[in-house]
Amino acid sequence: MKTLVPAGGTGKAGESGGPGTPGTPGGGGGAGKARGTAGKAGRAGGQSYGGRISYAVLILFTAGSLFPLVWTAVAASRDNTRLSQTPPPFWFGSDLLPNLQTAWTDAHMGLALLNTAVVAGTITVGTVLFCTIAGFAFAKLRFRFREVLLMLVIGTMMIPPQLSVVPLFMTIAELEWTNQLQSVILPTLVSAFGVFFMRQYLVEALPSEIIEAARVDGANSIRVVWHVVFPAARPAMAVLAMLTFVQAWNDFFWPIIALTQDNPTVQVALTGLGRGYIPDQSVIMAGALLGTLPLLLAFTLFGKQIVGGIMQGAVKG
Amino acid sequence: MPRTAGEAGRKTAATAGRRTDPEADPKADRRAERRSRRYRRDVRWSPYLFISPFFLFFTAFGLFPLLYTGWASLHRVSLHEPTTMEWAGLHNYTRLLEDEFFWNALRNTFTIGVISTVPQLLMALGLAHILNYRLRGAMFFRVAMLAPYATSVAAATLVFVLLFGRDYGMINWALGFLGIENINWQTGHWTSQLAVASIVIWRWTGYNTLIYLAAMQAVPRDLYESAALDGATRWQQFRHVTIPSLRPTILFTIVVSTIGATQLFGEPLLFGGAGGQKGGPDHAYQTLGLYMYEQGWFNFHLGRASAIAWAMFLILLLIALVNWLVVRRLRRS
Repeated sequence: MKTLVPAGGTGKAGESGGPGTPGTPGGGGGAGKARGTAGKAGRAGGQSYGGRISYAVLILFTAGSLFPLVWTAVAASRDNTRLSQTPPPFWFGSDLLPNLQTAWTDAHMGLALLNTAVVAGTITVGTVLFCTIAGFAFAKLRFRFREVLLMLVIGTMMIPPQLSVVPLFMTIAELEWTNQLQSVILPTLVSAFGVFFMRQYLVEALPSEIIEAARVDGANSIRVVWHVVFPAARPAMAVLAMLTFVQAWNDFFWPIIALTQDNPTVQVALTGLGRGYIPDQSVIMAGALLGTLPLLLAFTLFGKQIVGGIMQGAVKG
Repeated sequence: MPRTAGEAGRKTAATAGRRTDPEADPKADRRAERRSRRYRRDVRWSPYLFISPFFLFFTAFGLFPLLYTGWASLHRVSLHEPTTMEWAGLHNYTRLLEDEFFWNALRNTFTIGVISTVPQLLMALGLAHILNYRLRGAMFFRVAMLAPYATSVAAATLVFVLLFGRDYGMINWALGFLGIENINWQTGHWTSQLAVASIVIWRWTGYNTLIYLAAMQAVPRDLYESAALDGATRWQQFRHVTIPSLRPTILFTIVVSTIGATQLFGEPLLFGGAGGQKGGPDHAYQTLGLYMYEQGWFNFHLGRASAIAWAMFLILLLIALVNWLVVRRLRRS
């Protein structure tokens, strides 16, 4: 709690407003506002170097980051013939609903979204739970081979997923799990990064005295985890949950091998769209929009925390 | 720490026992004994209980497949009958060394890796430097530049395919104003690699920017102040204070991006549309990951696919080794 929450907080307080301008409401200001006051703040702050240029670069870069996303929506709201004309469309048209409908029915987007929600949700719960208890054990408990096992965990972060695909495929073929969600869920239910992340956090955030006190009061290890570790780890668990969810939602390589277009996750469905399953560009964009929207929505809500979490993970990792 | 906890706990167990029984009560004594034994067992075995889920899943879905891939790479295995394996020795590997498409994929992975990673990290460094100043709406910029990270490979690539279209794509249309003729981003050797790399750059620059920014904020302020007192310009401060303090972070991002680049798969696959596993009509951007996918799931040779996977693993180990040597060198100097 001590380290993670302020990371997002200081970022906001320390960076967004100069000494004399405490009114900037974090990210809520929006582009227009930031743009309007940019030059002034640069000078007023006194500390800013080349204020105007900095803002110009940032605005340019932000526009580049957001443009493809906005344009996905633009293209999804046009019909296919308009997309194959120059100049390309820049503003929204009126075909969004029919395109979404076609993507929904023809590319199984509804089923895909449901599947992805199940897959990403299960993976997130599993990863957070298992990584927290394992991270706790590595951070605070003493046992034989602890250091060796921890090195093993860290080492496995380097193993590329390609290396396990063939045997995994053989296994699910043997079990006749092809096209079933558990074949996507089980292999990603734990993550070495998660264990390492939770360990790093708990080493500092969880004072050993509290564990001792709980033990003195007669709590066994499971009660200690439930009543002491989980409450203390909650901020890091939230960050890990968000990162895991984003990753699981976007995971791609293994799902397109394990699943087919009949029972896809969103990414598998999008792959089908891109590979000529549906030739209509505007429908493809509608599908891409459907697949991205839930995460972008979550991002606008939790963006600040996700940014804080990534920055926190970076300093520690 | 846990040892002291253990001692404390054992003591209390004992005192608790004493509290309930005055002097001699064999029953209570036994109860106390049992409790302390249970306690010791708990302290001893609970760590293994807590790490066991991770290691169970890791062994089943990480370690076992890793080793089994090595084993499968020494066999002929067909996708149609993945359970029948025929011993082939090193045949898959020797075949790989003579395979021009393997070398082509290796080259492509390398060049796309370089043209995506280098500009990406340089841009991230510059942007982080700007964001490290006092700025209005800093959080807005951070969140906005991280938005591509929340976009999936599939969604991002599909948009970029449209943007990079030869006849009606927005990029060629914009280049038209500069008097540049329509560029064929889908089939040209370098142009298609650039297009694929640009998707990677788009998705990851913001993420790396945040990582650099986090490291920059951890640099002590007084380092800059004393540098400024010595008359260092902003640029000199950046070069002589920021960059050296960021060295571990920079190395970290280089390693992570290198691993990512070695595994590049989704972007080239979808950039190629139907038949994307070939990486364009002339294999111009077929990466190792794609080549493995093609061998295994389009040519049905799972044994060959395994050999390619292990070749990738060896290359990664080599990179890790080089990295380790560089780090050691840097530490010494």
